[in-house]
Amino acid sequence: MGTELHFISANFGKYDTSSIGSYMSIGGFEALRKAVTMDGEDIAKIVAAAKIKGRGGAGYDMGRKWTQARAVKGEHKVVICNADEGEPCTFKDRELIKQDPFNLIEALIIAGWVVGATDAYIYMRAEYACLRQLLLNAIRQAKSYGFLGKNILGKGFDFDIHLYSGAGAYVCGEGTALIRSIEGKAGRPRMKPPFIKVSGLFARPTCVNNVESLSIVPHLLLDQEGVYMHAGTPDSIGTKMVSVAGNVRNPGVFEIPFGTTVRDIVYNLAGGVPEDRQIRLIQFGGASGYIADASILDVPYTYDDLEKAGVNVGTGALLVIDERTSVLDFLTITQDFFSDESCGQCTPCREGNRHMRMLIEKLRRGEADTSDIEKMKKITRIMPMSSLCGLGEGAQHAMIAAMRVFPEVFDVGGAANE
Amino acid sequence: MLTEPKEQEALSDELRAKIDLVLESHDNDFTQIVGILLDTQDLFERHYVPQAAAYYIASKLPVPASRIFDCLTFYAELSDKARAKYPIEICSSIACHVNNNEELKETLEKLLGIHVGEVTYDGRFMLLKTTCFGACDRAPAVRINGKVYGNLDSEEKVRDLLESLN
Ligand SMILES: Cc1cc2nc3c(=O)[nH]c(=O)nc-3n(C[C@H](O)[C@H](O)[C@H](O)COP(=O)(O)O)c2cc1C
Ligand code: SF4
Ligand code: FES
Repeated sequence: MGTELHFISANFGKYDTSSIGSYMSIGGFEALRKAVTMDGEDIAKIVAAAKIKGRGGAGYDMGRKWTQARAVKGEHKVVICNADEGEPCTFKDRELIKQDPFNLIEALIIAGWVVGATDAYIYMRAEYACLRQLLLNAIRQAKSYGFLGKNILGKGFDFDIHLYSGAGAYVCGEGTALIRSIEGKAGRPRMKPPFIKVSGLFARPTCVNNVESLSIVPHLLLDQEGVYMHAGTPDSIGTKMVSVAGNVRNPGVFEIPFGTTVRDIVYNLAGGVPEDRQIRLIQFGGASGYIADASILDVPYTYDDLEKAGVNVGTGALLVIDERTSVLDFLTITQDFFSDESCGQCTPCREGNRHMRMLIEKLRRGEADTSDIEKMKKITRIMPMSSLCGLGEGAQHAMIAAMRVFPEVFDVGGAANE
Repeated sequence: MLTEPKEQEALSDELRAKIDLVLESHDNDFTQIVGILLDTQDLFERHYVPQAAAYYIASKLPVPASRIFDCLTFYAELSDKARAKYPIEICSSIACHVNNNEELKETLEKLLGIHVGEVTYDGRFMLLKTTCFGACDRAPAVRINGKVYGNLDSEEKVRDLLESLN
């Protein structure tokens, strides 16, 4: 049983990923040929009409981002493909690169055409080093076929793609940190403004898009029958790549039409929980995502419905945790992740994470009192307000949700040990 | 450019030539410093960038040695200290945690006779903890020199893995 719809993943398994000829035999680069006959603004409008929200986690309106990037004045504009995919439990971009590298390359060239860029940079996490040759080969072949380089398809459009490697730092997925890393520096985020879209990589106007966001575009441009526009719901149009892991029988990446219920994803696609154990919690969108209990199972997976239920689509990750793991155990691991990955540059994030970790430990030992719970609440308020980058802003999302969904865990009147 | 002659001398001509090749494969582009350092550390049996190599790279590129050391200490995948021929990185993030990575860690510690953070006497194995490397669908997982080994849910599988490394 399944409720998948292969639109973004339509090419998976359909061609030899090391051969541009094979890609072209299934219609590869037709979308680019079409794109260069169109005005970039019209392409941005198609993306906007499909209501595509950035798939890297932040969910910014992609059509709007492209229109803004077009409008910025400046020479040598740059597009960046964010392939850092550092959110725990998120591995859908890995499959998009591995199973359809040429589509990503084609999408980047289209992005360059739309925003008027001269160069694209793919920033890929070191963890995906095994995919490096695949991408380099795709870039090389695209170049030899004239899809990259000078005067692409005779349109006077010059464009090149460069591949850069991360080296194991989650924070480098954040735009300004990513840019510093490509500039050959340690990837510590910087204060904004100046905003990336005006002054980003090498101080050039820069447009950053996630792998999945980009990968939709070639398919969308060739979608004569409107398959994408008819899938999903009026507000959450189309499909989403989700990665499901944790305590499920069949972890993996699935493409679902928006509106599929969480139950369908967890039980039909991911095979349900081993030994039919009860679900303790589900976290949506990686470590910086919110959590819910099993009552979320009948909620349709759409931007609106998830938000009403207190969680977010985010990256598209679903982490299922069964009854054997306690809420506090989960929070400890999550907190350890942020403590490890904080770059330590600003105080609220560096110290907030450390103190939260100590308070969780105290609560686990049954030694916390109401003043400790107050301190925890205070940290969850202060960190999002005063951290320099999104890492510190998102680090307490799981805690905030846990306090709402599992108040008994924080009731130090006696229920400290669940 | 800051260089330290004494340290430079510690690099054999052969290694210098190999580093030159790495630099070339990155077009001698200093913005590729992270990739260059990743490739350089694979030239050393114990997977790290020794000081001598860092200074040598600094002498070849328009970047100060301080920038290179900043990168070496900032990025988790880079090391300025000798590791092992096979540094075994155990994922400690959540999907691996709920799939019994604790037992995996204990099995590795038992079979190798070392604790996390230690190296075997012959410099072959080291145990480390790391955060999620995107193999959550194969939890619990370890990574060794960039390669992922997943579904390590029995002592037998761990034993087979260790035996396959030589
Ligand atoms: C700490 C942190 C880590 C991030 N990691 C990633 C990542 O690995 N991949 C990604 O696409 N976006 C990541 N983002 C979001 C990016 O900053 C950015 O919003 C995104 O790449 C834009 O592309 P999109 O609009 O297509 O999603 C991260 C943000 C923060 C604050
Ligand atoms: S919020 Fe955290 S990760 Fe971001 S800059 Fe501050 S210390 Fe670094
Ligand atoms: S949680 Fe272990 S690889 Fe992702």
